[in-house]
Formats: sequence, C-alpha cells, structure tokens
Amino acid sequence: MDGDPASGRDGEVVDTSPMVADEVKHTTCYMCACRCGIRVHLKNGKIRYIEGNPDHPINRGVLCAKGSAGIMQHYSPARLRKPLLRVRDRGAGEFREIEWDEALSIAADWLRRIRKTDPKRLAFFTGRDQSQALTGWWASQFGTPNYAAHGGFCSVNMAAAGIYTIGGAFWEFGEPDWEHTRYFMMFGVAEDHDSNPIKMGIGRLKTLGKAKFVSVNPVRTGYSAVADEWIGVRPGTDGLLVFSLIHELLKADRIDWEFLVRYTNASWLVIQDRGADDDGLFARDENGNPLCFDRARNRLANALDAELQPALVGRRTLTDGRTAVPAFELLARRYMDDRYAPDAVAATIGVPSATIRRIAAELAHAAFAQQIELDIPWTDWAGREHDRMIGRPVSMHAMRGISAHSNGFHTCRAIHLLQILLGSIDCPGGFRYKAPFPKPILPAPPPAAGTGRPDTPLDGAPLGFPARPEDLLVDATGAPKRIDKAFSWEYPLAIHGMMHMAIHNAWKADPYAIDTLFLYMANMSWNSAMNVPGTIHALTDRDPATGEYRIPHIIYSDAYYSEMVPYADLVLPDTTYLERWDCISLLDRPIGSAEGPADSIRQPVLEPDRDVRPFQDVLLDLGARIGLPGMTRRDGSPQYPGGYADYMINHERGPGIGPLAGWRGHDGRSHGRGEPNPEQLNRYIENGCFWHDPLPADRLYFKHANLGYLNYAQDMGWIANNRQIVLQPYSETLQRFRLAARGHGEIQPPQRERDRIEEHFDPLPTWHAPFEESAVNGTQFPFHALTQRPMHMYHSWGSQNAWLRQISARNRLYVARATAERLGVADDDWVWVISHHGRVKTQVRLMEGVNPDTVWTWNAIGKRKGVWGLDPDAPEATRGFLLNHIISELLPPRADGYRYSNSDPVTGQAAWFDLRVRIEKCRPGETGETEPAFGSIAAPPGMPRTPRIMRYGEDLRPPFSGRTGGRHREFIGNRAEVMATMPGVAAGASRAKPDEDGDDDS
Amino acid sequence: MTSLPPRIPDRQLGLVIDLDICVGCHACAVNCKEWNSGGHSAPLTDRDPYGADPTGVWFNRIHSFEVDAQEEGKRGRTVHFPKSCLHCADAPCVTVCPTGASYKREEDGIVLVNADWCIGCKLCSWACPYGAREFDTDDGVMKKCTLCVDKIYNENLPPESRVPACVATCPVGARHFGDLGDPDSGVSKLVAARGGYDLMPEQRCRPTNKYLPPRRREDKDLRDDSGTTARLTPAAENIDGVFLRWVDRLLSR
Repeated sequence: MDGDPASGRDGEVVDTSPMVADEVKHTTCYMCACRCGIRVHLKNGKIRYIEGNPDHPINRGVLCAKGSAGIMQHYSPARLRKPLLRVRDRGAGEFREIEWDEALSIAADWLRRIRKTDPKRLAFFTGRDQSQALTGWWASQFGTPNYAAHGGFCSVNMAAAGIYTIGGAFWEFGEPDWEHTRYFMMFGVAEDHDSNPIKMGIGRLKTLGKAKFVSVNPVRTGYSAVADEWIGVRPGTDGLLVFSLIHELLKADRIDWEFLVRYTNASWLVIQDRGADDDGLFARDENGNPLCFDRARNRLANALDAELQPALVGRRTLTDGRTAVPAFELLARRYMDDRYAPDAVAATIGVPSATIRRIAAELAHAAFAQQIELDIPWTDWAGREHDRMIGRPVSMHAMRGISAHSNGFHTCRAIHLLQILLGSIDCPGGFRYKAPFPKPILPAPPPAAGTGRPDTPLDGAPLGFPARPEDLLVDATGAPKRIDKAFSWEYPLAIHGMMHMAIHNAWKADPYAIDTLFLYMANMSWNSAMNVPGTIHALTDRDPATGEYRIPHIIYSDAYYSEMVPYADLVLPDTTYLERWDCISLLDRPIGSAEGPADSIRQPVLEPDRDVRPFQDVLLDLGARIGLPGMTRRDGSPQYPGGYADYMINHERGPGIGPLAGWRGHDGRSHGRGEPNPEQLNRYIENGCFWHDPLPADRLYFKHANLGYLNYAQDMGWIANNRQIVLQPYSETLQRFRLAARGHGEIQPPQRERDRIEEHFDPLPTWHAPFEESAVNGTQFPFHALTQRPMHMYHSWGSQNAWLRQISARNRLYVARATAERLGVADDDWVWVISHHGRVKTQVRLMEGVNPDTVWTWNAIGKRKGVWGLDPDAPEATRGFLLNHIISELLPPRADGYRYSNSDPVTGQAAWFDLRVRIEKCRPGETGETEPAFGSIAAPPGMPRTPRIMRYGEDLRPPFSGRTGGRHREFIGNRAEVMATMPGVAAGASRAKPDEDGDDDS
Repeated sequence: MTSLPPRIPDRQLGLVIDLDICVGCHACAVNCKEWNSGGHSAPLTDRDPYGADPTGVWFNRIHSFEVDAQEEGKRGRTVHFPKSCLHCADAPCVTVCPTGASYKREEDGIVLVNADWCIGCKLCSWACPYGAREFDTDDGVMKKCTLCVDKIYNENLPPESRVPACVATCPVGARHFGDLGDPDSGVSKLVAARGGYDLMPEQRCRPTNKYLPPRRREDKDLRDDSGTTARLTPAAENIDGVFLRWVDRLLSR
C-alpha cells in the first residue's frame, strides 16, 4: 500500500464514559465456598458485569476467576427448567415435565408415609449446602438422624481436630495474621478453599517481604509456586514431619513455656494407673476441677485458678496415693523419642533431615527471636491487665492435603500441637480465630438420634459433638443407628456425618434399609462419589425378589443437569445463585474474620425465566405440607408463607437469636440478639448485603483468654459463659473412648472395634501409615495418586462454564519427569492408572514440581457424556477423567473379611488422598478416549440447543454517551504494604485496605 | 503503513505485573473477559462454547511453566505469567497496519483497534512479538486489550471501579496500573525499586507494561553465624538432661 494512511485515532472517537448498567445490585457469590460480596451490574434485564464488593470484609473488592465467570454459570444451557418425573429406568435420563403442585404432592406423600412409620427411613444429605442451619433443623423436625452435608468427605478432619483441640479450626474458623506473621507454613492446601482471603493474605505477606512462606505439599502449583520454599513431602506423612519438628524444638528447649501454663492443659495432671477406669484421665478435685502441681505452694491445686505456678514436669502423688504426671511430660517424652528424630523419619517423608532441622530452627527463630509486641493494653480472663500483646509470629494453615487421609485427624492435631508449643495461637503474628470462634471445647451437645417414634422430631440436632461413649449413636449391641454409621464405634467423632457412605450402606441395607434418599446439590453419582461404578450400581440395583430398586425412592434438587439427575425419580429444579434469597448465618458456616464477626445474605438480582424454585423455599413448603413442627401453624397453614426470606427474618433458635445477627429488634438497632425485625433484609441490602462488627483493638487477640472478647461473645450468644477456653493438646475426650475399649464403662464397643479404638483414640497426636498404603502391596501399587482443584474451578459446576472450560476442558495425569523416564512414559502417552479397585485411562503430562512417588490430576473436570449441556464429544467426556472411579469407598478386607470405610477411624473423613496406584502404558489400539466411559445419557425435555457461536454482550454495548470521562486513577495492589516497604510511593487507590483509599484524581 | 503519534505521549498508561506473587489463578483473565464482553470491543465471541473445541477471544491469558534450577543452591520454580497487550511505545502492530485501524492514542498511549477500519488482514498479529492480539473470526476483525479505556475514565462508575478490570479483581494484588510516562508516579517508583523490566527488550518495541521479577527466595533460608545451614542445638546430652532443666522452672499462670 502506498503512502501513510490516516491513523485510526483520527477516525475513532472512543466512548470513555459509557453508561454501563441500568442498575447495580449487591449479593453474595456462590461460585465456590468463599462467599465473597459481589456487585452485579444489570442492563436490559441481563447481567452486564459482576465485580467484587470493595466494602465486603471477605474479599475487599477482589473477585476470583470463578466469581468472574458467574455470568456463564447463570446463563448455562444445563440449567434445569421444570420439575421432572422419571419415566424409564434410572440412569436413562428420560423424564416427563410435571407441574410444581404435582411434584410437591409426590414428595410430600413419600415423606409423610415415612414419617408416619419410621422417620429414619429418610436419608437427607445436602452436598455443598450453605443453608445447613435450615436443612439440619428440617431433618431434626422430621425426625431422621440420617442427615449431613458434604463435610464428611471434605474437611471434617480439620474441623474435628481443631474444635477438639483449640476450640477453632483452620479455614472457616481461623486464619493467619497475615500482617504480622514472620513465618507462614501451609500444609497441603489446594487452591480453592477460602480462595480470595488466602490469595489476598499471601499477596500482602509477600509484598511486605518480612515473612518466609513455606509450603508443604507434594505438588508445586498455585500457592506453592510463590512460596519461598516448597517442601514436596510424600503424601500422608505430614504428621511425621510435624513430630520431627516438635522433637527438635523440645530437645533444644525452644518452646513457649508461659503460653503452655497460661492457656493449655499441659500442666494438668494425668492419672497413671494402668488398668483403672480413670487411667489417662485428668486428676480432679472434689468439684471436678482438674489438678496441677503448684510449685509456689508445693501442693496440688485447682489448675483453673489464676494465681499458680504450675509444674510442667514431675511425677506427683495424688491424695488417694496414686501417681499422676503433667500432660506435658507425657507429650515431651513421646516426641523426644529417637523415632521422631529427623534422621529417623527423613526417608519416609521424602525430605532431607537437614531440611527438617533447618525448618525447626527457622520456626524457633521466628517465634522467639522475632517476637512481636503490640502496644495494645488488654485484660485477661482472670481480670489481670496487660500493657501489651506479645506474639510469636509463626502462622500455619492446613486443609485438604491433611484432611483427606485416614490419618488426617491426628495429623491436624499434630499441627495444632506444634502451634501450641510455639505459643502461636491467636497472638500477634500467629494463627487467629475467626469470630464467633473460639468456642468451648466442646461447643455443642452430642448428636441426637431420636426415639424412632413416628411423627416425632429428634430431641436435638442430628450432628453434634460426642464427648464420651454415651454420646455415640449406637444401639445396645453397639451397632450404628445412622445409615452412614457416623457416631458409631467405627467412626465415633464423625461430626459432619459420612455422606460418602450413605448410598453404599442404603443399597446394602447395612445397618438397615431406607425408603427415600433425598439429595440436594451433591453430584453423588459422579465426582462426589468414591467408586463411581459401584455407586451407579447401588443407585440402579433392584431386589430380584420384588423387582423394586433397593433404594426405593430418590428425590434430587439441583440447578443443573448434572450426572446425578438421571438417577433421581423426582427432580426439583433449583434456581441459580443470582435468583434467590440465602443467609450466610452465624448459626451455620460463618464468614467472620479475626477482625470481627460477619454474616450476609443473597438477594434475588434476577427473576427466574424458568419454572424453578429455590430449594430452601421448597423445603419449607414441604415441611408445611407434611406438618413439621416449627414449619406449620396451629391451623395447619405454613409458618413461613414468604418462604426462605420469611424464615430468615422471623425464625428464632433461641430468644432473640435468629439466622441473621445484624439489625435485629423492632428498631433494628440490636446486633447478635434481638427480636425479629421485619425490615432486616432491607437493612442488609442497604449495607451491601452483609453485616460486620469490627472488634476493638483490645479484643483482637488472645480471644480464648481475653475477658473483653469473652464477655462480648457471651453477650452475642455464642458462648454460655465468659470462662477461659483452655486449649487441649492432651485430649481427655479421646482417652474416654480408649478406656471403653479397655472394658471400662457401661457403653462397650463390639469386640472387633476394641483394638482399633485403643490405637486411634490416643489422647496425644499419633501417626500411622495411611490405611490403603498399609493394606495394598507397595510393589504392585508404588505411587500415591492425588487430585487438586484448579483455582479457576470449584466442583463440577466450573467445568461446564463456557468461559472456564476454555481454560481447562480436560485433565491429564501429572508425573514427575524422572519417574516418567524410569517408566518409559512421555508427554501425551496414554496410560492406565490402576488401583486395587479399578483402572482408568488418561494421557500423561510430565513435570518437575511434584514428589517423585506421587502422580496427580485436576479434580472434577471429567464429565459423563450427555450431561451438563455439553456436546457428547466435549473433551471433558472424551479425555477428562476422574480418579473417583478407582477410589474404593471400602478398604481392602481385613484378615477376618471385614471391610471398613476408606475413612479416618476417628472422624469418618473420606480418605481420598490415600489412593495408591501403578501406571501401565496403554497398548497400541487402546488409546484415544478415556475409560471407563459409562455410556451417554439422554437430555430431559425442554433443554435448549447449545449455540455454536456465542456473542454474549453484543446487545449490552451502551449507546454513545458523548461524554469525555474523567482522569485515570493510579492503582497499586497492596498499596499499604508497598508503602511500608518502598519509600516514595504515596497513598492512593488499592484494595486490601479500603480505609486507606484516597482519590488521587488530579 | 500507519504512523505512531508524532511524539511519545506524556502520559503512558500501562500495567505493572508482579511475577513474585502471581499465583496463576486466572481471575484477571476472566474478569477481563466479562468486562470486555459488553464493552468497547463487544462481543468477545466464543466459538463452540459447549462443544469439542471451545475457543474464544480473550484479551488476557495466563501461561504457567516450570523453570529448572540453573545454578547450585537455587531451587526450581513454577512461574505464572499473565500476558496481554503491552501498549508499546514503538508498537509494530500499529506501523504494520495497512488501513490505519490499529493506532496508539496520543493522550494516554493506549493501543486500540478501530473496528470500522479493520479489514481483518492479521498483519498486526504477525507483527506483535508478544502474541497479544486476538482475532474475532466471527466479526472478522482484530481485537485486543483496551486497558479498559471504557472503564478507567468512566464517570458513571464509582471511583474505585475506574481501574482496569484485571487490576481491580486481582486477589493477590499482583497487578498495578498507572502512568509509566511519569517518573514520579507510584508505578514508576515501584518499577524502579523492584527492578521491573521490559518483556523481550531485544524486539525494540519499548513496551509500556512492566514485569516485576520474582524475588530470590533462597536467601530466606536461615543460616547460622558461620553461614552454614541453621539447626537447633540440643539443650542437654539426652532426654533426662533436658527434663532436668525443666524440673525447677518457675512459671506463672
């Protein structure tokens, strides 16, 4: 072309100030479990843009890839459109559409009949439910103990170990002090849980540059990629690593003695009387108070008194002549043993002993040489005033990689023990409780099983906290009362239930047959199943005698056409998260932070364009139809005719305590407690759909022993009294179960369980090799196999999202390069991944940053053909695969033939990450598509054709505004941290600290 | 071909991306996609969105790769590398454009495409050494990062939203936005302090966007005074010796 054409700048007038939206509505994200605040921009009745709410305490304006893809989730072609009734065999996917009245009548008939005869024959499990305060209450009013959400296959090891040890837990009940920490150690965290808060924290910590970040994880992706040090530990050995660190610290006498005597039961005297019914329990005075030895007065004393000088070592004689030693002495002797020396454990862990020794030295250095002092006066539980807050700036965080092993409960307790010995619980720079935690150990009553009488509610909640064998849900023979065997002698502290066993046990009628399986938002025939082929069999198997399904009725509620839908008899279509009311309640899984409590709501920002209803409305409707107490008025009419929103405002759990803590009372001025306020939801909406009560400075730390905080928590109704919450490195609760196994007490375990209880109910943290590893031949199955979640996806929702699936539409098996070379496997080779249970076929990708004994893949990307609105040739179905196919829900048989659940023996947590495999290269002719394939499923009526070309947003471009717009604003990420480390960078716009936002328009 | 502005604009708006803290979460990429789907270059067409080969227009993409340890005592690492248009001072995508559609704004240095003039010849995508251009096959025109030109000045948005979508949404705070033509701006100081660098300087495009390199991490390993790897010293020769130290310790509750 000749010449110099005019520049486009002469030809285009850019509209820099268009009118983006007609309306902006606040609500709460549901693209994962993080529950960030979002602003939804609406234009022409459609979603123009979703952004983080800058005022929201969870996300401070940021939004992850999942949240940003909410538009495509909302408009997914996989959305169910109308209630469905199955017309052919389960699994065929053939349904007819029915009206809501018919659907609810059918469900009510089934439920009414069950409740009239034997309420426990309803099994109600609710997946990634964020309304467990409602669903659990509903189950209780129905009268079935067979209720749980997905916690049993997710994180119950973390929750149970935390709640039974420190009265809080990682993730939902605690967080690192990102600002003050000098050493941050992260164990086995896949990149999804607490997604944005962790990312924001890591960004701040690394920008400040004062802390070292160590990631202990077999795989170096995501957070581990930005860690200062990655420790590629062998899966399931983290507990040994922690013991070895404790070993080094104890031997070097580098532990926080003051913390131990002030805040823990380390000084409490433990009875040493082998064979007695109180051996291993705490010695107590006549009032039941634990005893310690007071060195100031040289005598036994009530360990709960304030003015003492408790001894941490030394054998003492009790008044009855027996011997007792402080709990600390027991733990010190155990972990100083040579079997935990770095040289003794290094080979098992796969970490050099010099590294273990250095990490121990680094922990001690950070805790004791870099002590933090904040000039904040505070008053302790005994009323003593302190002029400063002194912190040991070592923080820790742990999640799925610890949780999903059969030794996860004790490993998590080991991590808490390490934190306790370093004195780094809820101090400046340490791990911090998120309000409303800490709670007393234990925080709530034991679980209720009910009387089994018809038409009778449970006498409590179906999930709770067993403190002693009497609290288990077992019959006189010791047999389980729950369908999932939670709270039985096999899994005594299964505080989140065991959803992963419900279908298998119901099919096997073990311990009994059920009538109806009622599921919500749980893809139990696919990526939430252990053993997908076996689960599909259980859902479709018929009793040859009657021809009836062994699980006679299945009701399922989901917003999308997932793999589970085709196995339901009755489908109750849910809305998307943008079409509903919800409450993120302090009664459920709170979103508070260390800075103060918070709760939030979802409000409908769009009306459904399909014949769907929010599940919580449906549940309350069903409750009213079958006359459940609390959901029905005397005249038989619904208690909450306005549905879930009505319940959120008007339901009360106790006097003045309801689902939402903010703006209670007639004048809307009460927080925490107060009578229902009809205007409450409007107040939430005006405030961006959340409530947050920032704590004053003197309540920010030592919450377990801080009088100001404890008084506040008591006023708010979270704790019954303002007594100190004593941390429990030594767990008397566990010892009580052990004593039963030794034959003491009325409630006795079956003979088969005695040795197992004796071994695993150790009152001090212990370690055993993961069960599957011990049970299978290590030569035949030489590798660990794990999954991680990609940061841009969360469970099966993400991988059908039109935008997110462009980032990853299939998964491969990642293998360490050196390992692959030994196996003769190269990139993209097809291999069989073979476990003791089955095999699955995939392609391989080599990498460096993975433990050499470990292979892994991304979770929940593989899909079944015909579902999720995807074409049958979608890569998710042809090349995506699940390790779920080869993970058994049962362990290999013991010598006596009995098969336990593939779970933690204390909590029943599903041991996903115990999987052991071998890799075999596929033969020529075996390559091409993943197997097993399971066949294609038909689509229900009315599902839309998917577009070949999608031009979303085309019609949302605004008309030319004619305005020129203002000036740009500089934005520095983590500006406060940048300013702290970099002279010359001025105040201005940033996100993590909105208070410091300035307007630097100039 | 098309000319660049006669002189380098005083104001050069751009991004600074911190590779030390990017965790590769794709938040920036997806938030960019949703803002721009209804924005200046709307739509960002997606082909086969639910089929065998879903591909669409994205202005920002994240690449992840592993870097092996090159020297003794250094560790291998995984690097997440977000990439979008770098709004170069010497933008070859502009000078190569036969119609004038591809241009650089005088007022702020943002490189844009005038869709009305673009004939879809793709010369610009061949010329860009960074592969930062995105061809919308459905529209038949080239599209690219606009630096959210319809957002950063937009007075219909609250002030805190007037930053590029990728910057506002980044959960780790790895992305910064400002005037890199002003040596006194915060972003310029950040670049100076952290050794921010041009991507592929040998291409002589003089990119406006800068990358902050990963910090050296091995220095955080604790060493003792003699410089060797730290370890704790046992307090006594054996366990009984350690216990002896503890017996007389006086501690107040």
